[in-house]
Amino acid sequence: MNKPLTRPNTYRSGPDAAGKFGGFGGRYVAETLMPLILEVEQAYNAAKADPTFDAEWRRLLTHYVGRPSPLWYAERVTEHLRAEAAPGMGAKVYFKRDELNHTGAHKINAVLGQILLAKRMGKKRIIAETGAGQHGVATATACALFNLPCTVFMGATDVARQQPNVFRMKLLGAEVVAVESGAATLKDAMNEALRHWVANVEDTYYCIGTVAGPHPYPVMVRDFQSVIGSETRAQMIEAEGRLPDVLVAAIGGGSNAMGLFHPFLDDADVRMLGVEAGGHGVDTVTGHAASLTGGRPGVLHGNRTYLLQDEHGQILEGHSISAGLDYPGVGPEHAWLHELGRVEYVNATDDEALAAFQLCSRLEGIIPALEPAHALAHVIKVAPTLPESTLIVMNMCGRGDKDIFTVARLLGEEF
Amino acid sequence: MSATATESRPVAATGSRIAARFAALRAEGRGALIPFLEAYDPDRATSMEILRGMPGAGADLIEIGVPFTDPMADGPIIQLAGQRGLKAGATLGGTLEMVREFRAGDSETPVILMGYLNPVLSYGAERFVADAAAVGVDGLIVVDMPPEEAEVLAPHAQAAGLDIIRLVAPTTDAARLPVVLNASSGFVYYVAITGITGTRSADPEALEAAIPRIRAHTDLPICIGFGVRTPEQAGHAARVSDGAVVASALIETMSRTLDGEGRATPGTAQAMLDQVRALAAAVRGAR
Repeated sequence: MNKPLTRPNTYRSGPDAAGKFGGFGGRYVAETLMPLILEVEQAYNAAKADPTFDAEWRRLLTHYVGRPSPLWYAERVTEHLRAEAAPGMGAKVYFKRDELNHTGAHKINAVLGQILLAKRMGKKRIIAETGAGQHGVATATACALFNLPCTVFMGATDVARQQPNVFRMKLLGAEVVAVESGAATLKDAMNEALRHWVANVEDTYYCIGTVAGPHPYPVMVRDFQSVIGSETRAQMIEAEGRLPDVLVAAIGGGSNAMGLFHPFLDDADVRMLGVEAGGHGVDTVTGHAASLTGGRPGVLHGNRTYLLQDEHGQILEGHSISAGLDYPGVGPEHAWLHELGRVEYVNATDDEALAAFQLCSRLEGIIPALEPAHALAHVIKVAPTLPESTLIVMNMCGRGDKDIFTVARLLGEEF
Repeated sequence: MSATATESRPVAATGSRIAARFAALRAEGRGALIPFLEAYDPDRATSMEILRGMPGAGADLIEIGVPFTDPMADGPIIQLAGQRGLKAGATLGGTLEMVREFRAGDSETPVILMGYLNPVLSYGAERFVADAAAVGVDGLIVVDMPPEEAEVLAPHAQAAGLDIIRLVAPTTDAARLPVVLNASSGFVYYVAITGITGTRSADPEALEAAIPRIRAHTDLPICIGFGVRTPEQAGHAARVSDGAVVASALIETMSRTLDGEGRATPGTAQAMLDQVRALAAAVRGAR
């Protein structure tokens, strides 16, 4: 199955016209869906070429989202890790603070781009899938702003464990559909959103939350999220006079990581680490959500990528403490970068993320979402092994307000 | 594709069974009834009994669904059928074994497998096509493999004489239609509704307008599915096109006979086959 991968002259030119990154990505959808995604692709290409589209998106990012998000030198985390490191060791840790965005995560960057696209296309209503609820909240927010009806599909299991975000979406005027099919989690929510889209093609736009799905979604969401990496470049040059040495980001579908990494892919000296959800440990069968570490290539949700699946090609449920990482696939560009070795994919367990969550809260006064807590858990492992002069940027892609109930329960607190 | 199976022994190029059946139906002056069953739903023995009984109940071709955890184009009825099948141990290999057993008693009724790409990739596309042809499968509908992504399977299928049957949707526009039709063989499966299986009924007038539009671009037989539920609708579909595919309505009938835990009861297979008979009567009466 795997075509031999040749090292490209640039890592930033993908995907090809067929939506492929090497052998990954593509448009594996039913014929009923094919005309729709071709229409989205055409509309996106036209929008990209229109300076007024970019100007309107950037206006929203500046005045509605609050971009650029700060690049914060996490001095207390740095000092804490140096205290345990050998003399002269302990990298300097920065946070890219996308948790300060309106709605509390990076998701809003790509949502606003897609809602502007939907308006250009003349679509009258928006649907979205959500796992933890962050993408659903971002989509509901943008739909309130643009006065568009919004329906969010969410696995019934996730509805039960993410009640605050369900209520937020409802406050914002969105309809939340609890998906009972399959295992009733994020992958089933995505199935249901795709099914609903096919049945409502004329007036509906499907706003996908990550760098996965059929072409053009992986490239489109990446392009919008790349604002994270572009800002980081400029901010690091201003702060330190040079590029960072190491980038670290959590990977579920992989949109925050792709957004941070993409502008640096051709900077050979910048090392990149994607941190998957190790759950109870990647050696367990269905106890983790590390598709790249513990999965193999296959086709789901319109793209060929690494998937958690059994020997017969049936999709397995992922597990993570973080509902936002609990997805059995990963964006196809990550699959490609993994096989090329351009990005290193590692993982952090539930327990490591939980420890990092608490550490960050106490040392920096920042309660991180459980997703970037995975990234921080890896920073905690790797920073003490690197010289003090090393510059690390970790993407603080979301805030932890949504997770406090989950964490409280795990820590034995009752409300 | 022009060979006809005049004898009862299996023909070498298995894809020709489909062409032979449509040619025979054309000579009779009627369209085909293509009932659907999900492999291993609700268990292997019952689905085998249904499969074996279908030709006698009036099935002209048979479509077997291969269970998949994430059936993106299917509505709730077939989703549940797939879940029951998986729970009963369905695999792609097990489905092929069902066809092998069926072929021991029936060498003429064309069998089409309908499923999703990932189990095929996991099995190995080339090995799957070879095994499918060997057990007597005639055609494949791989829902999430549009012509643009067919390279992985289509050349092997062609070499093995397996037809790749493609869906054409109401949203498939004039520019796209030739792309889809040129990548099709066996017959063309017209999706009668914009939506997923088993959720809406087809609009008769829309069908009467849609089929000639496709007919202008292809010589292949055209069958109508998604939204064909009643004998009347099947009769109409078989009259305006070359055949009617009925899936969710049959599964719904069958599932009503299951016990509280989704297990077969003594009347399960018969209930489904009785409905096939009623559909067949309507299709045969609709000349």
